Amino acid sequence: MDALPDAGEVKIDVERLNLFYGSQQALFDVSIAVNRQAITALIGPSGCGKSTFLRTLNRMNDLIPGVRITGSVRIDGTDIYRSRVDVVDLRKRVGMVFQRPNPFPMSVYDNVAYGPRIHGTRNKKKLDEIVERSLRRAALWEETKDRLHQPALGLSGGQQQRLCIARLLAVEPEVVLMDEPTSALDPISTLRIEELITELKRSYTIVIVTHNMQQAARVSDYTAFFLNGELVEVNRTDELFTRPQDKRTEDYITGRFG
Amino acid sequence: MGRRTWRKLVNWIAGVLCAVMVILAVIPLFHVLIYVIGRGLPGLSWTFFTNLPAPTGVPGGGMGNAVLGSLILVAIATLVSVPLGIGAGIFLSEWGRGRFGDLVRWVADVLSGAPSIVVGLFIYSLVVVPMKGFSALSGGLALAVLMMPTVARSTEQMLRMVPREWREGSLALGANWAQTVWRVVMPAARKGILTGVMLGVARVMGETAPLIVTAFGSGFWPSSIFKPIAAVPLQVFVYAISPYPDWQQQAWTGALTLVLLVLMINIVARVVLRDRPGAGR
Ligand SMILES: Nc1ncnc2c1ncn2[C@@H]1O[C@H](COP(=O)(O)OP(=O)(O)OP(=O)(O)O)[C@@H](O)[C@H]1O
Ligand SMILES: [Mg+2]
Repeated sequence: MDALPDAGEVKIDVERLNLFYGSQQALFDVSIAVNRQAITALIGPSGCGKSTFLRTLNRMNDLIPGVRITGSVRIDGTDIYRSRVDVVDLRKRVGMVFQRPNPFPMSVYDNVAYGPRIHGTRNKKKLDEIVERSLRRAALWEETKDRLHQPALGLSGGQQQRLCIARLLAVEPEVVLMDEPTSALDPISTLRIEELITELKRSYTIVIVTHNMQQAARVSDYTAFFLNGELVEVNRTDELFTRPQDKRTEDYITGRFG
Repeated sequence: MGRRTWRKLVNWIAGVLCAVMVILAVIPLFHVLIYVIGRGLPGLSWTFFTNLPAPTGVPGGGMGNAVLGSLILVAIATLVSVPLGIGAGIFLSEWGRGRFGDLVRWVADVLSGAPSIVVGLFIYSLVVVPMKGFSALSGGLALAVLMMPTVARSTEQMLRMVPREWREGSLALGANWAQTVWRVVMPAARKGILTGVMLGVARVMGETAPLIVTAFGSGFWPSSIFKPIAAVPLQVFVYAISPYPDWQQQAWTGALTLVLLVLMINIVARVVLRDRPGAGR
């Protein structure tokens, strides 16, 4: 029914995913194919399971006691919930930006170098290179090059969020998950992050949760609409916003509820 | 009287009561401090820290050996209890949700409430008897047992206060638990953990009872951790109950020395572990 991407372009293939917090079910039979090098936006009212779904993609839900999952999530054809998958390796490939900027309480430099160091890069020159490249890609280099060794918590909220993106890019992930990355930011910082996201699309597969439908319309190629733990509809963003197939989608995007 | 005036009055009375309570709580504290300084200061001199104790009537006696002994005892206690206590604290905060965690917590709480002489006797039967003699080592171990619960529980609390976002941020970058705890959580909690250690040090620095049955005390300079060793609180105890005014003066100065030692260790630790550039908070 939906204009789904071609099979060869699919990066993440989710089939009949159900998730339970203890006895409470939060996701119901979610099936979706996420295109590589595209931006997929997840929209829906509060509590509908967007964050929960996003966190299944890098198995962050594993950290919550009592979570149970059925169905499959394939990334490049491999089911990440199969027992042999190394979660640490998965999270390196599938990175995440959180709603509230969460730079570590260390210097700007150490924040960006954190991932590479964890994964074994010791060489000072190489680290310098990675830090500069990542900060440049996150459009933060000009603002921070003179204060690399200052505490990251001294940056503004918008800068902190871009730092978190830089920190993520430093481990060279393939997929970037973003959970309402601009909801704690002012309009100007939001705009900068949106530009950045559009820029990053060329090299990464991006899935972004947003409450802001204008944002979804502005940045994303595909949009998925969630309601009460179900995926109601997924389509090309322009299609979904102009010709929603489902009555519930239409009600939501026209602001009739939610 | 209107409701408003009534409420204002109650508010005012509550404020005054709180202030009075605070003052009442603080008065004994300052009183003790000022009293110790007042009584101890007259005996304070350089030789007090460089000389061995002298018989009564002989001028120039000091507590050099006891000061050094106390430092050695506390050093042994810290060396033993800090790694173990911090390890236990990490375990409790990161993995200690189950039954076993509760058990460890319970043991720590019981231990921290145990009378120190009991801990002393425990070490006496466990270390002093098999090794056939009092020793600095056994004294240090007794103090370590007393310090450990404080360090463990305060470490646990400090680690729990580290925001979940930082842990998640680290894990989401592909770090494992150990890396996350070691590189993000621990550094963020560093100051709090240090405070816990300092509380432990301050507590055991003045302990006397457990040392009577372990370190025993000595009139000589420390020579080996396997021999009895002098400690300031022991020396203070001996002098304080003596009938000689010159020894009693020395006891007061010893008490002042204890306060100064705790203060000094506190300052040194804070300077060594102060915020390096780049570290937040
Ligand atoms: N750790 C948890 N334990 C139990 N239930 C949870 C947990 N996290 C989320 N839920 C429940 O799962 C459902 C989906 O929550 P989720 O956070 O995924 O929604 P969301 O779409 O991201 O909402 P929002 O837009 O407000 O962020 C909600 O009913 C929520 O109460
Ligand atoms: Mg959410």
